[in-house]
Amino acid sequence: MTRADTLPRPTRRHALLGALGLGITVEFLGTRAFADSERPLANKKFVVIVARGGLDGLSLSPPVGDPAYAALRGPIALPPFGGAGGALKLDDTFGLHPSLAATHRLAMKGEARIAPAIATPDRERSHFEAQDVLESGAAVVYGTASGWLNRALQAMGPTGKVSAISVGPTAPLILRGPIEAASWSPGGGAGRDPRLPGILQDLYAHDHLLGPALASGLATQSMAKVAGEDAAVTDDGPAGGMAPAPAMQKTDRPALPQARKLGATLAGFMVQPRGAQVAAVSMDGFDTHANQGAAQGQLALRLAYVDAFLDGLATGLGPAWKDAVVVMATEFGRTARVNGTNGTDHGTASTALILGGALKKGGIVGDWPTLAQNRLYENRDTAPTLDMRGLFKGVLRDHLGVERAKLDALVFPGSAGAAPVAGVV
Amino acid sequence: MAIDRDLAAAIATTRFGLGARPGEIARARADPRGWLTAQIRAAGAEQPPGPTAGSAERLNELMTYRQDRRADKRAGQAKSDLSKIAARVLRDEAGGDFLARLQLGAATDTSFRERWALFWANHFTVSANKLATAALVGPFEEEALRPRVFGRFEDLLVASSRHPGMLLYLDEVRSIGPGSEAAHVQARAGKHPGLNENLAREIMELHTVGVEAGYSQADVTEFARAMTGWSVGGEADPPDRRGAFMFRERAHEPGARTIMGRRYPDTGEGQALAVLKDLAASPHTARHLALKIARHFVADDPPPALVARLERSYLDTGGQLGEVARTLIASPEAWEAPALKFKTPYEFLLSSWRAADTGPTSIADVAPVLAAMGQKAFSAPSPKGWPEAAQAWCAPDAVIKRMNWSEAFAGAATGDRDPVRLADGALGARLTPLVAKTIARAETRPEGLSILLMSPEFQRR
Repeated sequence: MTRADTLPRPTRRHALLGALGLGITVEFLGTRAFADSERPLANKKFVVIVARGGLDGLSLSPPVGDPAYAALRGPIALPPFGGAGGALKLDDTFGLHPSLAATHRLAMKGEARIAPAIATPDRERSHFEAQDVLESGAAVVYGTASGWLNRALQAMGPTGKVSAISVGPTAPLILRGPIEAASWSPGGGAGRDPRLPGILQDLYAHDHLLGPALASGLATQSMAKVAGEDAAVTDDGPAGGMAPAPAMQKTDRPALPQARKLGATLAGFMVQPRGAQVAAVSMDGFDTHANQGAAQGQLALRLAYVDAFLDGLATGLGPAWKDAVVVMATEFGRTARVNGTNGTDHGTASTALILGGALKKGGIVGDWPTLAQNRLYENRDTAPTLDMRGLFKGVLRDHLGVERAKLDALVFPGSAGAAPVAGVV
Repeated sequence: MAIDRDLAAAIATTRFGLGARPGEIARARADPRGWLTAQIRAAGAEQPPGPTAGSAERLNELMTYRQDRRADKRAGQAKSDLSKIAARVLRDEAGGDFLARLQLGAATDTSFRERWALFWANHFTVSANKLATAALVGPFEEEALRPRVFGRFEDLLVASSRHPGMLLYLDEVRSIGPGSEAAHVQARAGKHPGLNENLAREIMELHTVGVEAGYSQADVTEFARAMTGWSVGGEADPPDRRGAFMFRERAHEPGARTIMGRRYPDTGEGQALAVLKDLAASPHTARHLALKIARHFVADDPPPALVARLERSYLDTGGQLGEVARTLIASPEAWEAPALKFKTPYEFLLSSWRAADTGPTSIADVAPVLAAMGQKAFSAPSPKGWPEAAQAWCAPDAVIKRMNWSEAFAGAATGDRDPVRLADGALGARLTPLVAKTIARAETRPEGLSILLMSPEFQRR
């Protein structure tokens, strides 16, 4: 009698393990085929990057043409367009940070835009509250226990049709909730005992936490092989720049090929048949209270990492880029004035970066309040002119077909007053 | 719900402690609550084993390293061997601190005491986000926290807030009162130093009253002004002050401050101390800490009755943490709650070593494992520390990494021991018949131990 004969009931493990052994594609659990009428949705890709720590929007997209910019920023102001280390020009007011060369090339093709004065409804300037509001999609902190991206998956139709993945060893709040999402980080590789995953799946049959997590992890591992992860990615590489802070060393130039590889691998997941269409990525290290630098320095290195990741993602998606939208958002911006330690403290509005081949051409998204003294929020921060939820609602409606009523009530509860931003996708 | 002594002994060692070592559940069985309360002591937590350099010594090493680096740059050289070695020494020391702390957790007979210390280390997070703080996380915990974890919370708070590790991690050393003498001097040189709100904000939000207290941005800024001057001695200071806390009168913002409705006259160094004293005594702090303790020890969503007991205990004893720990142990809710706390990677590794009666020997082996599971050594992602919620640690990828590690560990650690007995020693009455049966049917002894470590009940506490 084999061991399987003694088990109470058949499990999914046989199919999964067979696939693992062969290294072939495994569909995500619960993923069902699309009907022909739903084909347009089946090709759409949506990636949300949460930049943690309060990304300085005035460095990401410096308004070097704003008359108040240089004086407010002092030593961390970027030089005007065209100069050495100068901002990469978008329009007469805005540029992109010089570390964002690949992003700028996309912008020149109309495939990257900025929303330079955007904020969540939270005004407390606490990282943790603001990240909670950004990711939960609630109007107030602890408003919901699930993430808005997970609820958006529910709103896209029958459960499990659109699958999602998070990158990094821990599950971010934005993707937590009733719809099961995969997660992946580099450095996996199957163990040697081929029996163990199956035994554990049986033990986890009634475990609502471990059961789905293990099944999803196994499926993703086999996809990772197809997606092109290989031994060249080391344990301390891309993962070191993701959810956990890079410890004991600063992110430096050698990390850039790994960032590009990480973006390309995520793209690899997304272009496989029935691969993840929605992805959540966390990047941290943006809490620049001291010595944040200008064209060079710690923030410049973090932005170069972002640029390399985006470049890898866009290149890796290939023809699928035309159906992709990527949004990078942060929990809050930073003070308009440089502080006493050549950094910036917690602020309010920041810049969201919007990319993808599916974008409509256009200028900045939302209004620019300017940095004039009487326009600063509480005389210290870039004033918000656009509700973050409006941007996400616009993308979900126009890119992924989520209807307005669900956006207002389910995905972003109580957000009827924040209209979906039109004209982005 | 009645908890018999067998189950209570299993809970005492696995939920309150760091996981049972062989024979430990049997030893705790006579009096599980007494086994825990006996671990509370005025002297605080143990210190990790081995000789080590203190924070002042390490900061002096760091200053020497920086001098060498500057000399290299002036000479137009790349990093010299000397400065490379100095940087490596500091990193190796940090690795040694972390390994020693793991070894203490893996071997200690008083694992509730150690879990209590680890809780406060996470509450007062200093993270290795730069070379200086990497070198100081260990000394910070050993000098500021461990001796005081069963004492008054106010003393712990003050020790944390004045330690060079915290002052450097949250940028307080760079904060200069805009109206201070130092600011005026620097302004004449064309520099405009000023406030850095980081430490003030996190003390209020994370260490004491919490955001629920409803303070304003103005309160944060006022507290930051009160704390200006709290600094660490540097190269230009007298040798006996280098690397130690020092108050810089000239950087202190003059004047009285008003914080959360209370006025604090300008007493120099004492101004921020008076604020800390009031913050520690605040009912908001009692509530905030009670909730965090209950969340860590019992459930992500803890029973309100337990939180209320802990809060009462804090207020009644003036924040005596040893008494709060006794209240926790005496609370029925802490024992009756189902075992739903999902172990963090750190807790999972410690309990695995304890179950197999072994421990870590090399930081090079263990550091990549923790990073892959999402908990990089000494590197909490923010001042908030590591998350508590099960969902944060049970991502699919993390479960795969736990499984792969369990398999590799069991392959090396099982030897000729019977995994059924190891399971009984590790979980006692918490071992379910299904898992016991599955372990008994394993093909090999290491497979049996892997199954134990990955079982639903071992992954939780």
